Amino acid sequence: MTAAPLEALLAGLASGEVEVVDLTHTLCPDFPVIVLPPEFGQCQPFRIEEVSRYDHRGPAWYWNNISMSEHAGTHFDAPAHWISGRHLPANTVDQLPVRDVVGPAVVLDFSTECAGDPDFVLTRAHVEAWEAAHGPIPPRAWVLFRTDWSKKVGTPDYVGLREDGAHSPGPDAGAIEYLVRERGIIGFGTETVGTDAGQGGHFSPPYPAHFILHGAGRYGLQCLANLDRLPPRGAVVIAAPLKIRQGSGSPLRVLALVPASPQVPS
Amino acid sequence: MTRPLPPPKKKDPQKRTRAPLVPPGARSRAALRMTAAAALGTFRLQVCAACGAAAYPPRDACPKCLSVDLAFRDVPDGGEVVAHTTVRTSTDLYFRERTPWRVGTVALDCGPAVVAFLHGDVVVPGRVRVAAKLDKAGNAVLIALPESETPHMRDDPLLRELTASPKHRRALVTDGRSAVGRALAAALARAGASIVFVGAAQLWKPFPEEAELRAIGNIEIVPLDVTDTTSVSELAGEIGGKVDILVNTAEHVRPGGVLSRDGITTMRDEFEANVFGLTRLAQAFGVAMRARGADGTNNAAAFVDVLPVHALANWPEFGAFSAAGAARLSLLQCLRAEMRPGGVRVMSVFTGPLDDDWRQTVPPPKVTPRQVADAVVRALEEGIEDSFVGDVARDVAQKWRQDPKVLERELGQ
Repeated sequence: MTAAPLEALLAGLASGEVEVVDLTHTLCPDFPVIVLPPEFGQCQPFRIEEVSRYDHRGPAWYWNNISMSEHAGTHFDAPAHWISGRHLPANTVDQLPVRDVVGPAVVLDFSTECAGDPDFVLTRAHVEAWEAAHGPIPPRAWVLFRTDWSKKVGTPDYVGLREDGAHSPGPDAGAIEYLVRERGIIGFGTETVGTDAGQGGHFSPPYPAHFILHGAGRYGLQCLANLDRLPPRGAVVIAAPLKIRQGSGSPLRVLALVPASPQVPS
Repeated sequence: MTRPLPPPKKKDPQKRTRAPLVPPGARSRAALRMTAAAALGTFRLQVCAACGAAAYPPRDACPKCLSVDLAFRDVPDGGEVVAHTTVRTSTDLYFRERTPWRVGTVALDCGPAVVAFLHGDVVVPGRVRVAAKLDKAGNAVLIALPESETPHMRDDPLLRELTASPKHRRALVTDGRSAVGRALAAALARAGASIVFVGAAQLWKPFPEEAELRAIGNIEIVPLDVTDTTSVSELAGEIGGKVDILVNTAEHVRPGGVLSRDGITTMRDEFEANVFGLTRLAQAFGVAMRARGADGTNNAAAFVDVLPVHALANWPEFGAFSAAGAARLSLLQCLRAEMRPGGVRVMSVFTGPLDDDWRQTVPPPKVTPRQVADAVVRALEEGIEDSFVGDVARDVAQKWRQDPKVLERELGQ
């Protein structure tokens, strides 16, 4: 192979024809994490403790100690995260093939439908309708489900906790089955705190996105931001989790390479 | 008659905050036993086991029969003031700033004549009751109080110096989501706090308790998560200079001990909230509080921690929680010494098992939030360093004083 494709990419980045979009929320202590019944082990939110800041603890340097769950902030789910993926080979973040973490992205924009319905469920019919408009989902793609939920971060509506549990959009089993079996996607990404709907525990199977994706060796991305800056197709996502030995997932910086939108002449 | 204490004026920002001073601190070991009794809010003097004479001041041998068998016992607190004077100046810097100061001789019904501070409403000659209270240096001093309650009695400047009354002070209650925190916010408001800041963590979760809190009035809800250093220091940055009383009610409780659990995740959550949470609060608020120990009517007065009585001895059913309590107790002892130069009291309020979801299967007697709240306010108003709330807490404390090893075995049956 020649260096031409990479040179073209670099030229695109230099000229601004290829834009880099950050799909990541800032890791901070008050970023919501998934809420489980309190008798279960809990997901530790991000925490940061200053070690020194050019002071008596370290006169010329600033650094912090950080701690968090593998599933805090914008994060990656490996197949081993779910019981359905536990026996798969290379199912943890340290072992997964690195070629999997760079791939094409399609953005399924259902933000309008979700605006009035926090319990919006993405079905196979929705996906097929999207394909009818935008063309088939390519193999080994990251399918990013745009809900504009990232704009609710900082409000109680983000997780949408009520007495009957969380309320946020997500896919049903039919949609995920279709994406995995018939479209061969590499992973499914959401703006919400999980790849499943807030009420996904009541679906069949429970938490269908987790169950089906990870059972098939596919990945999840959640708490994504800036999906509204991506085209329906044509972007490339880079989502490399930390190489944690036997890790089930990891916070990460998710980047998208996007063809620059044509400038409107002023 | 004591005049009602007026609300303090707004502070003149051009004036330097008065630096705290404390009265002389050195005491003999015998005298520290009286301090230990006063810390519990009790009035105890040495009583000779050989001849039955009560002795004061504390000493190593009976002044009547020279026996060395002098144990501190509860004694009747009644007496008669027979002489008094008013100190108008002093070479001691602490007293010099606080004169005039009434002092008198009280002939106690139990025997000794003692020199005591006199409450402003004490009439001479006349009957009084004598209380041992901790001064700003943390030592027991005697104060003669009117035999029966007088109007605005708590507003007496001398008594206020020996207590940490919420009246006209600004309080912070760390956890408004908990029932104890809500009861406490209400109790502090009733006790005259000028404002009660109430912390609430994770405001991205529903906050159904908010309405109840707001109904109290004199409340300001502030974001506070004691497990998050950033959150604690941000709040201290905003209100740290006007928190006169801090009450930490944050508690993370789960059943289980060491072998009954798998891993340390839950224990870490408990230590994060119960141990490091206390540390974060102390580091973020304690330095400013210590510097404001003499800052007028609404000076910084007390740092209160509500902790489980099983800090004293482990209760294996809640073994990890007990261990966090023990660490908390130890930190409070450290903090007490560190805050003492500012004259800010560090108070421990030990509770038996609370009547909540996590102690659902624990048999009664259990402690209600209201009991805890009332105990905290009483500790502040009376200046009690160690309080024990509920039958279980009192029982555990008593057994612990008798023999910690026996208590350990009983709790571990």
